[in-house]
Amino acid sequence: MSALNIRRGASSQSAYDLRDPNAPVTGSHTLAVIVENEPGVLARVIGLFSGRGYNIESLTVAEVDHAGHRSRITIVTTGTPQVIEQIKAQLERMVPVHMVRDLTVDGPAVQRELGLLKVAGRGEARIEALRLAEIFRANVVDSTLESFVFEITGTPEKIDAFADLMRPLGLCEMARTGVAALARGA
Amino acid sequence: MTQTMTGAKMVVQALKDQGVEVVFGYPGGAVLPIYDELFLQNDIRHILVRHEQGAVHMAEGYARSTGKPGVVLVTSGPGATNAVTGIVDALMDSIPLVVLTGQVPTFMIGTDGFQEADTIGITRPCTKMNWLVKDTARLSETLHQAFHVATSGRPGPVLVDIPKDVQFATADYTPPGRARTDHYRPKREGDPAQILRLVEMIETAERPIFYTGGGVINAGPEASRTLRELVDATGFPCTSTLMGLGAYPASGANWIGMLGMHGLYEANLAMHGCDVMVNVGARFDDRITGRIKDFSPHSRKAHIDIDPSSINKVIRTEVPIVGDAGHVLRAVLALWTERGRRTNREAVAGWWARIREWRAVDCLAFRPSERTIKPQHAVARLEALTRGMDRYITTEVGQHQMWAAQFLHFDEPNRWMTSGGLGTMGYGFPASIGVQIAHPDALVINVAGEASWLMNMQEMGTAIQYRLPVKQFILNNERLGMVRQWQELLHGERYSHSWSEALPDFVKLAEAFGAKGIHCRDPRDLDDAIMEMIRHDGPVIFDCLVEKHENCFPMIPSGKPHNEMLLGEADTQGVIDAKGSVLV
Ligand SMILES: Cc1ncc(C[n+]2csc(CCOP(=O)(O)OP(=O)(O)O)c2C)c(N)n1
Ligand SMILES: [Mg+2]
Repeated sequence: MSALNIRRGASSQSAYDLRDPNAPVTGSHTLAVIVENEPGVLARVIGLFSGRGYNIESLTVAEVDHAGHRSRITIVTTGTPQVIEQIKAQLERMVPVHMVRDLTVDGPAVQRELGLLKVAGRGEARIEALRLAEIFRANVVDSTLESFVFEITGTPEKIDAFADLMRPLGLCEMARTGVAALARGA
Repeated sequence: MTQTMTGAKMVVQALKDQGVEVVFGYPGGAVLPIYDELFLQNDIRHILVRHEQGAVHMAEGYARSTGKPGVVLVTSGPGATNAVTGIVDALMDSIPLVVLTGQVPTFMIGTDGFQEADTIGITRPCTKMNWLVKDTARLSETLHQAFHVATSGRPGPVLVDIPKDVQFATADYTPPGRARTDHYRPKREGDPAQILRLVEMIETAERPIFYTGGGVINAGPEASRTLRELVDATGFPCTSTLMGLGAYPASGANWIGMLGMHGLYEANLAMHGCDVMVNVGARFDDRITGRIKDFSPHSRKAHIDIDPSSINKVIRTEVPIVGDAGHVLRAVLALWTERGRRTNREAVAGWWARIREWRAVDCLAFRPSERTIKPQHAVARLEALTRGMDRYITTEVGQHQMWAAQFLHFDEPNRWMTSGGLGTMGYGFPASIGVQIAHPDALVINVAGEASWLMNMQEMGTAIQYRLPVKQFILNNERLGMVRQWQELLHGERYSHSWSEALPDFVKLAEAFGAKGIHCRDPRDLDDAIMEMIRHDGPVIFDCLVEKHENCFPMIPSGKPHNEMLLGEADTQGVIDAKGSVLV
């Protein structure tokens, strides 16, 4: 296969499409998917992405309406405009999916992610880490004489930037929640 | 008044309330309580199959020939896994099925219990929707929802997994009218603005074509009637996919034949050269489009489909219309009529003249033989001798399937059952049994290849047990013919494992089951033998020994556009390049 340079993940295209090298540019989209909160729905959604070769950059899920049995899945995915349209259509036709919104194109939206970063160090590095944390409005949620755990909330880019700065200062472990997002305005 | 009953009884009650007449099934430990309830009643007929895959294909044949959902009942573990191929087949071809599987009791789930399989996990990507019912109180509602989901919108298979303790426990029965189904209501009416754009396209088209598919058949007989009215009133040529045969009649004035990889020359060239394409209920499958980049390069396309994800999936359409084919066609016809039923008659007449030139090529011509039976000839004689009869056709998968599609003519929907999307060898025989159950007095013929037929031959027992006079018309080329054809054209004539060695004597095989066997190898005997098969009141295995190395033409080789079609042996030298050979 490689000799012909067929890229993997051609599932959104016909088997006959040997993928156009000048294909339209891919972009990142944040989708909010409101689903029936019942067993297996998340597996169905994830199975759609793996089965059809779509990307998942991040995915978060939690029940948001207990009485109405609704969960909200926030998916950050990348693809060409055609692939993104197809992803939305595939999600929309799933029986337990109530609504799909593309927060990237439907208007302005706020996106937040939470990160926990453990930074170990002494002396100057430790002081520098604390100073930068203040600039980034990260909170110290645990400290020992040689480590901090910072909690930071923001866009994924902000967390990336903070992590980049912490790396030389002793970043040794990190946990991220993935993106939650809401459209702005009423 | 609420009724309290066991889960097992609920299953039977729900089936009755859903109007189910037949269940195709096979018992086992995890469904014994349901089988007990079946034993105690006479409203629902149970057909005991010989393999669970057979049950699913029978249910597909039943569903496709009646428009009603097919129902399957199998046990846990191996019962469920055996059913998987049939379930995927139904998913690919949008056939409404309700599959009920037994499961180990809830308290044993996850312990690797005897005959435990993660049926829900295994079938999640194979079903439109599936449910594990852990509480008897939720069972009847779930069953009604299952029927609703299987038959609404784009139809498809659904599965309900029922643990054995849930079958034994009792709870209140929820009748269909009180089951919550409103959360799944696919849109049926098309967007009026898009319908207007389609009507405008119809009015101005110079080289139009209707490209129709299985969606028209799934939308019901009324949709086929509306299609006919619209096609005939516009006078536009009409082609169809394999799945859509019969929606527009083969005897209709505007029929130009099936399109696709083995479709007719005139149909494929008309698709290539049209300026307006109206896709009704088809999905631009790769067997249809050939090379995407060169697919119908000069046309504006409208696409009517109940499934929004079919639209713009592989081919971009200018006029997307999400809705039921029948509803949308009626709206199109009404609006076009209201605006005076205009078309560009002169241009369309010129277009027909081009199509007639292509038709004159006579792409289905084959070299006749007096010594061996040509498979095309066999199917053509079958057509001639059964035309006008109350006839249903199923097929297996391979060359014979394509010859059947090319040489048999369908004037009505729901008369043609074939495995299109998945291409499942072993589909046709059980499907023919399902069709015969639904239409006991009709002539039901499975046009088969010998290799495919062997894949589900155990269902001969079912045919005998229920006295189903299904006719198994086997075009026996002693080859995996379609594989052999590809090896000849794409793999340097290296025939790797593509012949049928150690075939049974089909006549003796038929007799061993208690059926009639007919063997025919001389073209001069063919008509009489076919008539003998038709007249025999009982199942028949017809072993028709045909030319072994016949290739199926026309053929659009993999990776080629429609206008690079092969018409016969003379065309085949070095036509498929390395790029084409990696494609399926
Ligand atoms: C279950 C399954 N396995 C393999 C294939 C691949 N396949 C497609 S056609 C074919 C040969 C079919 O042979 P036969 O039934 O004799 O039909 P013929 O082409 O000879 O008419 C095979 C192996 C398939 N479609 N389905
Ligand atoms: Mg064969």
